[in-house]
Amino acid sequence: MTKAKAKPTEDLSYEQAFLELETLVARLESGNPPLEEALSLFERGQALAARCGRLLEQAELKLKALTPEGVEPLEDTDLESEEPA
Amino acid sequence: MPQLQLFGSDSAVLTVTDVTRRVRGLLETDYRLQDVWVAGEVSNLSRPASGHVYFTLKDTQASLRCIMWRPDAARVLVMPSAGDSIEVHGRVSVYEAGGQYQLYADAVRLAGEGALFQEFLRLKARLEAEGLFEPARKRPLPTWPALIGVVTSPSGAALRDVLHVLKRRFPLAEVTLAPTAVQGDDAPAGIVAALRGLNRLVRPDVILLVRGGGSIEDLAAFNDEGVARAIVASQAPVVSGVGHETDFTIADFVADMRAPTPSAAAEIVTPDRAQLSLAVRRARERLARAFAGSLAAQRWALDRQLDALRILSPRAQVASARQRLDDLLARAASGVHHHLSLRRAALSGLSQTLRAVGPSAVLARGYAVVSRAQTGKVVRSVAEVAPGDELRVRVADGTFEAEVGP
Repeated sequence: MTKAKAKPTEDLSYEQAFLELETLVARLESGNPPLEEALSLFERGQALAARCGRLLEQAELKLKALTPEGVEPLEDTDLESEEPA
Repeated sequence: MPQLQLFGSDSAVLTVTDVTRRVRGLLETDYRLQDVWVAGEVSNLSRPASGHVYFTLKDTQASLRCIMWRPDAARVLVMPSAGDSIEVHGRVSVYEAGGQYQLYADAVRLAGEGALFQEFLRLKARLEAEGLFEPARKRPLPTWPALIGVVTSPSGAALRDVLHVLKRRFPLAEVTLAPTAVQGDDAPAGIVAALRGLNRLVRPDVILLVRGGGSIEDLAAFNDEGVARAIVASQAPVVSGVGHETDFTIADFVADMRAPTPSAAAEIVTPDRAQLSLAVRRARERLARAFAGSLAAQRWALDRQLDALRILSPRAQVASARQRLDDLLARAASGVHHHLSLRRAALSGLSQTLRAVGPSAVLARGYAVVSRAQTGKVVRSVAEVAPGDELRVRVADGTFEAEVGP
């Protein structure tokens, strides 16, 4: 990925954040970049790892249903009350 | 009409046992009767303490006594009950003591299962010949599915099982349920519409097609050709999870992946949150190590430059090089304020460097060395001097004498 315009980590999906983190770590491990760049890679990496951690801890499954009108949000409680297993 | 000969040859007389054995022999040499499926309706069912099962199989014109020994009865999946239309497998023989011929049953299935199974085999062979079961045709599953489609009944246990697993393992996903009947006459069309609807409106990364287990009749929709072709046509890979223990359904064969139960289907398509947390932690550790390594390499390179300068250049150049080094190290140190160990490493590097440039550089920054004028002994404490003592003070560019005040 180019480092020209890095998105704010808060806008990244888990997949995007984790893949960028891995790429960045590999670059830091192998490339021996100049100090300035190493520093910005390190800080970006810290932010990405924090983003991944937050997503994993705070995520809540989003539920929707296909209806004749389209795709609509579905409440978990719509399901739980029906027939037992 | 000839008179019946009452006192003929004795050899013409058979015992009851003889007759019974001959009848038995006739039946047991008829191979058709020794390995046969018989269809009929159950009546006169009894199951005494012995564990053997006795019943009569009837149709409109005849009846057939049946017995199933206890070990066979323990193995059957469908236990007959009165009024059931069933198909019984066994062999026909004679119960000599009772003078009765009967069917010795060893397997039972619901009527129609045989025909359904034949149909299943024909369809399976046809689709297989078309190459629809080929592993090469199957699509890979996504590593991190952001959108998961679920095709099942909204009221079934299968859906709750799937959601339970997804919440635990991978709550980052968004799930779209395409509700449909999964059994009965409407089920095949409903499943096909659900698969198409998901692909058209949601474009999920993967689709789970699930339901709880059941008999071959309950699972008919999953052996439907239209459903099979809709699975093949789906743009998103399809994972089947039908909770049946024994045979595969056609849907299992054409799906991109087959799971044995709905829960297992949900597990197959998702990474485990605990594993992901571990991966993030590892990446974070590698990041810190790589950065520390990078800093150390930079510092080493600068130290070497500095050595060269010290040997080759006037002091002022050394001082300015050291100032640049100080700047860089200070910036590096502030950049890692949240990483204490790294900062410590940087600081110790700094002091090493200071030592490397020697005492004259220290003096140049305004420090002084104080010694006794007579002995030349360096003064390290106020306790070592008294008023009136004569001292020699060494600064960067020379020395001068001084006296300790009162």
